[in-house]
Amino acid sequence: MNKIVSFDNLKKLASELKPALELREHFTKENLVKRDILVCGGTGCSSSDSMQIIENLKSEIKKAGLEDHAEVQLTGCFGFCAKGPIVKVYPDNVFYVQVKPEDAEEIVQEHILNHRVVERLLFEEPALDNKKVERHDEMSFYKKQSRVALRNCGHINPENIDEYIGNDGYLALGKCISEMSPKDVISEVKASGLRGRGGAGFPTGVKWESTSQTPPCQKYVVCNADEGDPGAFMDRSVLEGDPHSVLEAMAICGYAIGSDTGYIYIRAEYPLAIERLKVAIAQAQESGVLGNNILGTDFNFNIELKYGAGAFVCGEGTALMHSIEGKRGEPRMKTYSSSKRGLWQSPTCLNNVETFANIPAILNKGASWFNSYGTEDSPGTKVFALGGKVNNVGLVEVPMGTTLREIVYEIGGGIPDNREFKAVQTGGPSGGCISAKNLDTPIDFKSLSSIGSMMGSGGMLVLDDSDCMVNIAKFFLEFTVEESCGKCTPCRIGNKRLLELLTKICDGKGCEQDLVDLKDLATTIKTTSLCGLGKCAPNPVLSTLEYFYDEYEAHVKEKKCPAGKCQSLLDYVITDACKGCTKCSKVCPVGCITGKPKEKHVIDSSKCLKCGACMSNCKFNAIIKK
Amino acid sequence: MCDFVSRNKQLFEELDSFIDSLQTKDGALIQVLHHAQGIFGYLPKEVQLHIAKQLNLAPAKVYGVVSFYSYFTTEPRGDYKISVCLGTVCFVKGSDKIMAEFEKQLGIKAGETTKDLKFTLEGLRCVGACGLAPVVVVNGKVYGQVKPEQVSEILDHYKELELSC
Amino acid sequence: MSLVNLTINGKAVSVPSGTKILEAAKKVNVKIPNLCHLHMDEINMVNQCASCRVCMVSAGRGLVPACGTNVKEGMVVQTNTPQALKARKTVVELLLSDHPKDCLSCDKNGSCELQAIAADLGIREVRFSGEHSTSPTDYSSKSIIKDNDKCILCRRCETMCNEVQTVGVLSGVNRGFNTEVGTFFNADMADTECTFCGQCISVCPTGALTEVNNIPKVWDALNQTEKTVVVQVAPAVRVAIGEEFGLEPGAISTGKMVAALRAIGFKYVFDTNFAADLTILEEASEFIHRLKEGKNLPILTSCCPAWINFIEGNYPDLLNLPSSCKSPQEMFGSIAKNYFGPKVINTDPKDMYVISIMPCVAKKYEASRSELGQGDSLDVDISITTRELAKMIKEAGIDLVNLEEESFDSPLGDSTGAADIFGATGGVLEAALRTAYEWVTDSELENVEFTQVRGMEGIKEASIDIAGTIVNVCATSSLGNARKIMDEVKAGNSKYHIVEVMACPGGCVAGGGQPYHHGDYDIVKKRAAGLYNIDSSKQLRKSHKNPAILALYKEFLGEPYGETAHKLLHTHYFDKSNVYDVVEECSCSKEAEASAE
Ligand SMILES: Cc1cc2nc3c(=O)[nH]c(=O)nc-3n(C[C@H](O)[C@H](O)[C@H](O)COP(=O)(O)O)c2cc1C
Ligand code: SF4
Ligand code: SF4
Ligand code: SF4
Ligand code: SF4
Ligand code: SF4
Ligand code: SF4
Ligand code: SF4
Ligand code: SF4
Ligand code: FES
Ligand code: FES
Ligand code: FES
Ligand code: FES
Repeated sequence: MNKIVSFDNLKKLASELKPALELREHFTKENLVKRDILVCGGTGCSSSDSMQIIENLKSEIKKAGLEDHAEVQLTGCFGFCAKGPIVKVYPDNVFYVQVKPEDAEEIVQEHILNHRVVERLLFEEPALDNKKVERHDEMSFYKKQSRVALRNCGHINPENIDEYIGNDGYLALGKCISEMSPKDVISEVKASGLRGRGGAGFPTGVKWESTSQTPPCQKYVVCNADEGDPGAFMDRSVLEGDPHSVLEAMAICGYAIGSDTGYIYIRAEYPLAIERLKVAIAQAQESGVLGNNILGTDFNFNIELKYGAGAFVCGEGTALMHSIEGKRGEPRMKTYSSSKRGLWQSPTCLNNVETFANIPAILNKGASWFNSYGTEDSPGTKVFALGGKVNNVGLVEVPMGTTLREIVYEIGGGIPDNREFKAVQTGGPSGGCISAKNLDTPIDFKSLSSIGSMMGSGGMLVLDDSDCMVNIAKFFLEFTVEESCGKCTPCRIGNKRLLELLTKICDGKGCEQDLVDLKDLATTIKTTSLCGLGKCAPNPVLSTLEYFYDEYEAHVKEKKCPAGKCQSLLDYVITDACKGCTKCSKVCPVGCITGKPKEKHVIDSSKCLKCGACMSNCKFNAIIKK
Repeated sequence: MCDFVSRNKQLFEELDSFIDSLQTKDGALIQVLHHAQGIFGYLPKEVQLHIAKQLNLAPAKVYGVVSFYSYFTTEPRGDYKISVCLGTVCFVKGSDKIMAEFEKQLGIKAGETTKDLKFTLEGLRCVGACGLAPVVVVNGKVYGQVKPEQVSEILDHYKELELSC
Repeated sequence: MSLVNLTINGKAVSVPSGTKILEAAKKVNVKIPNLCHLHMDEINMVNQCASCRVCMVSAGRGLVPACGTNVKEGMVVQTNTPQALKARKTVVELLLSDHPKDCLSCDKNGSCELQAIAADLGIREVRFSGEHSTSPTDYSSKSIIKDNDKCILCRRCETMCNEVQTVGVLSGVNRGFNTEVGTFFNADMADTECTFCGQCISVCPTGALTEVNNIPKVWDALNQTEKTVVVQVAPAVRVAIGEEFGLEPGAISTGKMVAALRAIGFKYVFDTNFAADLTILEEASEFIHRLKEGKNLPILTSCCPAWINFIEGNYPDLLNLPSSCKSPQEMFGSIAKNYFGPKVINTDPKDMYVISIMPCVAKKYEASRSELGQGDSLDVDISITTRELAKMIKEAGIDLVNLEEESFDSPLGDSTGAADIFGATGGVLEAALRTAYEWVTDSELENVEFTQVRGMEGIKEASIDIAGTIVNVCATSSLGNARKIMDEVKAGNSKYHIVEVMACPGGCVAGGGQPYHHGDYDIVKKRAAGLYNIDSSKQLRKSHKNPAILALYKEFLGEPYGETAHKLLHTHYFDKSNVYDVVEECSCSKEAEASAE
């Protein structure tokens, strides 16, 4: 790899590299002579052996002597992980799903050699009566999506900087350091209206500006790649599929605020993302777009990886900085802001991965292009990890302002097994539940918080009528209690007590007073906790209390779990499988089972202690919990 | 002498050369702990004490950091680390039942290691393969859409692996 | 610095920017309850974790913690809105829901900050209950009891031990509900590098850290009629004990205290001051000796046992520097048992109990050091703190305030003003200088007050011309400051000839066994001032002019720094730098044996 010594040099290189990627953008009869086969190397797909698919495809191509006609490329997550592994063939743009390593031969023989699509590997679109569709833009999963942050994921090879450069990579950095002043860069970011994607939605340009306004000294750019929300993997996909966009953005930020050092704080549990980042950093340094004298200018910027060690709270800015400093990841009071005194007491600009991933696009295409997406309150797009009870599970990127209904029913393809939609939980453990009545809420920072939820980092969990809302609230609280740093009283003890109350309720031991205490305590924790973790931990409780109060009441008053999830609230019932052997009535400690020998027995559930003795003694498995 | 330190002299030397290679020891604790856990497999008292001395930190502070982060362990781990995803998506798809099944079959609780040091069982929050929920990871290998019935199959596979070598 | 204007409960106040609401509120006499916050500027202790959340007040739209929130121009603070009151109450309820609530039998009963806040906030029920985070109480050491169940995680002790004392025994360990303030691998305190300075105790708001309770042992000793019980009282006690009975800090209560001790039943009420004078004679001789030889300088004082623990643990290669003199407590014990008993009252040391009343918890540990005694008989049998003495006085129903003043018994109760100032930082040094100066120059020292080494400053230095030799002296208090000096000494950059070290910031007046100052260092200053007042009101202010001491040498000890003195009044030190290096038992040899069979 040769060092790129100037911006002009970079532009020239980019235009030389572009044609290689053209294949993936335009389909013409002429370019059909050669095909690019992209195989997803995201975590989802690689865990179903996509690396083996690459191997097999390569060897099949070699065997068939088709090296001049096809090339295999690894790429990042396409978002449609549930149907992975994904293989996409360009330029004819065919989208194969659930490909197995042994399918490689057929793809090469049929598709590459004979120009015939392998029908069997196509996606069946439910919205079109399960018709097989060839192209991703025919799929309802992709129709409403607009890819800005994920623009390169599933499009380029993340381990090859040439592909990034060929797709306008590092041009934004080149433009900034060669043609723009730091002030210009900041104004452009401010004008875009970009708000932080890490959860709080703080305007990115404003943050950069205030860090830039501190007197010149050692400053730091930190990328928050701690992503610890259970069920969210947006940032990870960006890092796995497009690591250079984050590196480029960090360098731009460094230029804007006057910093030469960046850290990426990444979860140690993300080995693939770490590997890809290491490769990307090495290539960027070698190419002269990172390191000293970037593109021949006197701007220096170096990036180092710092590993988390399994503490969700370290996603919180001040805790993250303590962790980088080698300390316990306890947050501090924000008596002063990190942009004035952050890492090592120096001015620090902290942004989320997805926030950074937007930056090069904004600077390449302009602020007004960016805010043509989204709403006034929240310009641009947002990536969500759509999961739970929807047909199409995966990563989706939509313009802000898209409604929940569109996401759940159009992109997500509705609820599986014809069950009934119950709620969407957004924002993970810090967020809240949104009921059917708010399905038409447009998703932006303001609207979500007005209905008691929050954007959070972008987890989006769909729940159906078989999910118990009390149980869900309990699940999230278990998480926050486990992840609380333990520093402040409301979170350390308060959330523990909340969890104990919820457990009591789910165990059928709750009373109405518990619901009063629950709400009261949750409110106090929210207003008195030291950091975002504690402050937001009661959100799942408060929002379910608000929208699903009847379910709570059923648990404490009737001792029933309407969804049938809470084990201790289920009744023992004798089914038709009963042979009338009378065994159960003999073991029942309260004698609530009646029935004549050889006839079906009945349990009087008003007396039943739920001890389970009958069930474990029935030889005919005739007793069930319902 | 055959105490832990002299038994593992080489490993300590390896650790020291890593520490010596650091540009600065300020704030390097977590980095060093990651490295040490990589070398020793876990972070026993002797290793933490050694690190405290090398980095000029109070031993209690090192222990405070180790005990804060769930990634660090002070007990030896099994050869096979079974992680059951308890992330949101996996949870609503029933990963708690998978966990219960592993606990039953291995006779240990989440976070524990079998006596023969073969298996360590732990809960994990989202491996990022939610599309495949519920997910189990064994030493980096991901099993998707796991059903409780498959648990014994998975365990047998690793038990056999052990026998064949 | 620019001033910021705000109102607190409607009262206008102007404070420098950067001031916290809590401090601003004090200015307008608005009291905001607080637990974790503790600033003691005098000793550079800043515990600003803002973690207890009992100081929540309304400011603007929401609640903020008063201790951790900077004032802003135009801020409107209300400390008593229903929302703030409710939040505070709920937070305290939460603390109590994870607390043993053993007030009646708790050492901290009556001086506990949590108890006081619960009372002030009118907590009448605790709505929440559930699991308690518990761990076994640590009774391992001679000095400190650590009962984590009563800990509210204010982390004041951790800040004290790490930032001020730089010992680093304590750290937050674990996380979430299982967080506690713990030691390395939860080792017992006795097995850590703890110096037993007790400063963690003096800042702990609850009963989680307390002294080892030796009161029952003292009653027991007093009950044994066949034994002679001798008591000694350290200088710093007499200016602090009154606080426990409603007297002003620094009030000189010597006479009432002596009367109380007699009323409790002590046969001989003596003064550690006597031994302080004795220490000066020994130490000044040792210094002059070292100065002449030009070796083993600077000489480091050795009267503070926590400091001795610190140097043994941290500077094992510099153990030639501390003076070999035993501390006054131990010198007293040694003289009581080896001279007063056998020679004066004809009593076998075995039939004697020497009890000491100290401002200190490290003294309990010191008393137990096996090398400080003759044979099996330790110099000091039982040591109790100022606080424990106050409890005994109360227990015995003695009305201290209205007692007639009495005097110490002779001869071990006679002392000079030089001994009284031992209780304040710089005092030992000043006392030593008074003697060394006169001995070396053989002339009378006119102005005995070396004010350069007085005051709360952590490191104070002076250069004194003694017969043409410039002697550079330094008085330092707090172990963090001691570390600074010792690092210089170790690096060979120190110019000092004498260094006085006291582990407690401010000296024994701020000892870990003194009545709780609750963060108000004015109290400590007043105690020190009390000691200097005693000194200046005394006729005799130089140790070597103490007639009782001179008689002791003449009749019994011989020369200062001589042979008998060495045997009875001097000691030696140990390398304690490897407290955690456990040599595990070798299992392979056993395995080898087993396989051989
Ligand atoms: C408990 C907690 C966890 C957080 N976790 C993350 C995280 O994993 N990733 C992230 O980018 N931001 C996280 N945040 C938000 C960060 O504190 C911070 O606001 C964000 O990284 C700033 O970047 P942005 O402005 O680009 O969003 C978390 C906040 C809290 C309170
Ligand atoms: S709210 Fe929770 S996580 Fe945040 S500081 Fe308090 S205890 Fe720690
Ligand atoms: S034990 Fe089973 S089969 Fe027998 S009576 Fe009871 S339910 Fe019927
Ligand atoms: S669960 Fe127990 S109490 Fe209920 S019917 Fe069965 S045996 Fe009787
Ligand atoms: S620590 Fe305080 S509140 Fe707790 S039992 Fe003791 S006196 Fe009572
Ligand atoms: S304060 Fe209350 S609990 Fe305590 S002793 Fe008096 S009556 Fe009993
Ligand atoms: S007694 Fe002193 S050294 Fe020991 S833990 Fe307390 S503060 Fe630290
Ligand atoms: S032991 Fe005392 S000082 Fe230390 S954290 Fe607990 S309550 Fe605070
Ligand atoms: S300074 Fe005094 S009170 Fe403090 S430890 Fe030393 S001798 Fe004890
Ligand atoms: S990991 Fe392959 S599509 Fe997401
Ligand atoms: S919430 Fe308890 S089970 Fe339904
Ligand atoms: S929740 Fe299990 S992989 Fe994401
Ligand atoms: S005193 Fe303010 S939070 Fe503890």
